[in-house]
Amino acid sequence: MSIRHSLLSLLAEGDRHGYQLRQEFEARTGGTWPVNIGQVYTTLGRLCRDGLAEEVGKQDDGSVTYRITPAGKAEVDTWWAGPVARTAPDRDETSIKVALAVSSPGVDVLDVLEAEREETLRALQAYTRAKTRIPDHPTGGELARLLVLDQQIFTAEAQARWLDHCEQRLAATTQGSAR
Amino acid sequence: MTEQTTGDLLRMTDAGRVHHAGTPTEVHALRSFSLAVAPGELVAVMGPSGSGKSTVLHLAGGLDVPTSGEVVLDGVSLGGLSVRKRAALRRRAVGYVFQDLNLVPALTAVENVMLPRELDGVPTAAARAEALAALAEVDVADLGDRFPEELSGGQQQRVAIARALVGPRRLVLADEPTGALDSLAGEAVMKVLRARVDAGAAGLLVTHDAQHAAWADRVVRLRDGFVVGTTGEVVHGVGEAPAGVVGGVAGGYR
Ligand SMILES: Nc1ncnc2c1ncn2[C@@H]1O[C@H](COP(=O)(O)OP(=O)(O)OP(=O)(O)O)[C@@H](O)[C@H]1O
Ligand SMILES: [Mg+2]
Repeated sequence: MSIRHSLLSLLAEGDRHGYQLRQEFEARTGGTWPVNIGQVYTTLGRLCRDGLAEEVGKQDDGSVTYRITPAGKAEVDTWWAGPVARTAPDRDETSIKVALAVSSPGVDVLDVLEAEREETLRALQAYTRAKTRIPDHPTGGELARLLVLDQQIFTAEAQARWLDHCEQRLAATTQGSAR
Repeated sequence: MTEQTTGDLLRMTDAGRVHHAGTPTEVHALRSFSLAVAPGELVAVMGPSGSGKSTVLHLAGGLDVPTSGEVVLDGVSLGGLSVRKRAALRRRAVGYVFQDLNLVPALTAVENVMLPRELDGVPTAAARAEALAALAEVDVADLGDRFPEELSGGQQQRVAIARALVGPRRLVLADEPTGALDSLAGEAVMKVLRARVDAGAAGLLVTHDAQHAAWADRVVRLRDGFVVGTTGEVVHGVGEAPAGVVGGVAGGYR
């Protein structure tokens, strides 16, 4: 699980309080995936339960300091060394909609593709604008944001290419019976 | 001659292009195409192969004339001009990146870029300085003395872009300018194009790459010579952020 390993990887750099972990996680991933403090403490609780982290001391204000264990260090090393498993994608509404449109009477699949393409392009334009506001030589959190934005752009571009490809495949298959 | 009444640098009204009209090989390359591009605006044209994208650019840049409708460039209707006057207007106002690059093989990179400025009457030394600056803008300042055949495909592409951007071109037309470039170099070219447009040029870009089209204020999509959709028709910079845009998207490019 990504939060679990992300927090553990931060703990591997040194002892931290829960709120420090939250702040650091958000800063170093470009603020793209906000986590609430409850999630952080739940995750820390599980890490302690599983022997990957431990509590080392409590301050007057009640905040607890956490430290990674040797088992936790080994877990982080394994995480960095191996790829993230490419799981079967969640149900993708666009694919489902396009698949159904092909066989739904009274629905023009080309119109469906066009509407999806329009939305994808709109998203791409917004991501691109966000990118132009990052300086030419980004550092730290800005660089993290840029890399994450690039990922979103490449994913949206892949979607746009797939939509184009659907249109061409349909044209080749139906040989001009549509439009 | 039609005088310009709006601020548009390019205005195409119901422009159509038929090849071999009235013969069995008749092709409608473009049908009733209308588009206005103002200074400060970048418009992208997308569509499958053969959908009419290059035809739009040829007509916009006065390299070809429509068989129906009108093209007005910088306030001048191209239909009413002699071939020579059309060429002069084109040279003065338009920077063109061709799909097949069109570099002159017998000239070095810097000489290729200087050529349009020398034809404009700019003295050689000044033209050379401008050309070197344009080459630097696309990151190939050090390749000025090479001939096209001594450059990689991506390097040739950048030289062709420098040639289109050199001097005060008010309309920049680019046909797949990022085709031979890797993703970072492609992005760099889009930044240069965007900056030129933000500085007051009008831009029209043909690309099959949605990632590059997304730098434009508007994206026009063609199929079989018809416009099938336009994205971002409203004032650019305004619009809802899609879910998960990092840092929000308030404001436009400027
Ligand atoms: N000189 C010509 N004579 C006959 N037909 C032509 C001519 N120029 C273009 N066409 C046809 O007009 C149509 C549009 O061509 P155009 O070059 O504008 O397509 P395109 O969208 O730029 O395609 P690509 O992505 O392959 O570059 C095509 O069917 C093409 O074959
Ligand atoms: Mg073309």
